[in-house]
Amino acid sequence: MKTALKSLLVLWLTAVIIAGIAVPMVKSPSGPLEFPVIPGLEEKARNIFFHVPMAWTSVLAFFMALYSGVRYLRSKDQDHDLRSVSAAGLGMMFCILATVTGSVWAKFNWGSFWNWDPRETSIFILLLIYGAYFVLRSAVEDEEKRATLSAVYSIIAGVTVPFFVFVMPRIMSGLHPGSLGDEQGSGPVVQMNMAPNMLVLFFASLAGFTLLYLWMLSLRVRTARLEAVTNTIE
Amino acid sequence: MVTPIPYQVFVKEVASEFRTRYALNALLMFVVTTLTMVVFSLGDNTVPYEILSGMLWIVIFFSAMSGLSRTFVTEEERGTSLTLRLLTSATNVYIGKFLYNVVLILAMSVFIAFAYRLIIDDFVVRSSSIFWTTIVLGGIGLAAASTILAAIIAKANTKGTLFPVLAFPVLLPLLLTCIRATVLSVEGAFFSEAFKDFQILVSFSVVMIAASVIVFEYVWND
Repeated sequence: MKTALKSLLVLWLTAVIIAGIAVPMVKSPSGPLEFPVIPGLEEKARNIFFHVPMAWTSVLAFFMALYSGVRYLRSKDQDHDLRSVSAAGLGMMFCILATVTGSVWAKFNWGSFWNWDPRETSIFILLLIYGAYFVLRSAVEDEEKRATLSAVYSIIAGVTVPFFVFVMPRIMSGLHPGSLGDEQGSGPVVQMNMAPNMLVLFFASLAGFTLLYLWMLSLRVRTARLEAVTNTIE
Repeated sequence: MVTPIPYQVFVKEVASEFRTRYALNALLMFVVTTLTMVVFSLGDNTVPYEILSGMLWIVIFFSAMSGLSRTFVTEEERGTSLTLRLLTSATNVYIGKFLYNVVLILAMSVFIAFAYRLIIDDFVVRSSSIFWTTIVLGGIGLAAASTILAAIIAKANTKGTLFPVLAFPVLLPLLLTCIRATVLSVEGAFFSEAFKDFQILVSFSVVMIAASVIVFEYVWND
C-alpha cells in the first residue's frame, strides 16, 4: 500500500514536471493541453509550477517545526524535538531551492539575480531564521536545553513570519507578481484567476511538493530516531 | 499597600545597575564611539537623508544589542537566578526585566537621536511628531524582542556573539518599518501618512510581548 502510494507520487511529480516544462504556450489556446500566454511573463510564467510550491513548502516546514517545538515544550518528549529539527532541515533545503529558482527567474524577468525586492527580502530573512536556528542548536550541548531553547526561538521567530510574508510585501512597493508595484501583466497569476488548466497544474504541483516533503520528513524522522537509539547504545 | 512584584524586580534591576553603572558606562562609550565613526566616515560629503535615516537605526540596533545582551547573563554569572526563581514567578521576572530594558533602550535611543541630529547637519527632521513616535515605538519593540532573546542567550553556552545573529532576523520587520517612518519624518510627511507604519510597530510589540510572556517560563525554569 505505502509503496504503491510512493510510486504514485513519483509518477505524479514526474508528470507535473514534464507538463510544467513541455505544455506549449500559445496566444489563443484551443484545448486543455495549451496554456495561454500571460503578457509580461510569457514562457517565464512556467516558474510558478516549481518556485511557488517550493516557497510554500519551506513556509509549511517552518510552521511544522514551530508546531513540533510547541509540542516539545508541552510534553518534554525528545521525539517532538527530532520532528522539529527534521522539519527545519527540510524547510531550509526547500527555502534554498525557492531562493535559487526565484533568483534565476528574476535574472530573466528583471535583469539581475538579486535586487532586494520585498519578496526577495522576506525569503532571505526566512533563510536567516533557519540559519540562526541551526547556529543556536549547535551552540548548546545539553540535549534537553537545546530542544527547549530552539523551540522557544522558533516560536519567537515564528510570530514575526507573518510580518514578512504578508505585511511587508504589501506595504512596500515591489516588482514581484502580486505586489503593489506590479500593475500589469502578472496580476492574474497571483490572484488565482489564471487559465483553468494552469490552475489545475499549479495545484497538482503544490500537492505533489507537499506530499514529497511529508515523505522526506518521515524518512528523516525515522533516521533521526535510529541515530538517537545508536547514540544511547554507544 | 504592597508594590507589584514586577515593579520590585524593576527596582532591583535599577539598583544593581547603579551599584556598578557598568552597562550604562559601556553603553555610553559604545554610542559615542559609533557616532564618532559615523561622523568621520561621512566627512564633508553630502549624504542622502534615506541613508542617514538607515544609519541612525544601525547605531540604535547595535547599541541595543551590546546593552541588552547581558540582561540575564549577569544573573547566571552572579548565581542570583536561583534566588529570583524561588522568590517569584517567571512572568513577574519577565515583566520587570522588560520594563527595565524599555527604560534603558528609551534613554539610550533618545540620547542617540539627540546627538545624531546635533552632530549631523544634513539630517534635518521636519516632522518631529513622527520622529519621536518612531523612536519610542521602535525602542519598545527592540526591548520586547531583546528581553526573550537575552534569556535564550543566557542559557546557551556561547554568551555574547550569538545575540545579534538571533536578533537580526526577528527584528528586521521592526527596523525596516522604523527606517521608513524616519525617512517620512525627514520628508516632513503628515502624521497620518506614517500611521500605517506605527500600526505595524505597535502590533509587532504586542505580538512579541504576548509570545514572550507565554514562552519565557520554559526558558527561565529550565
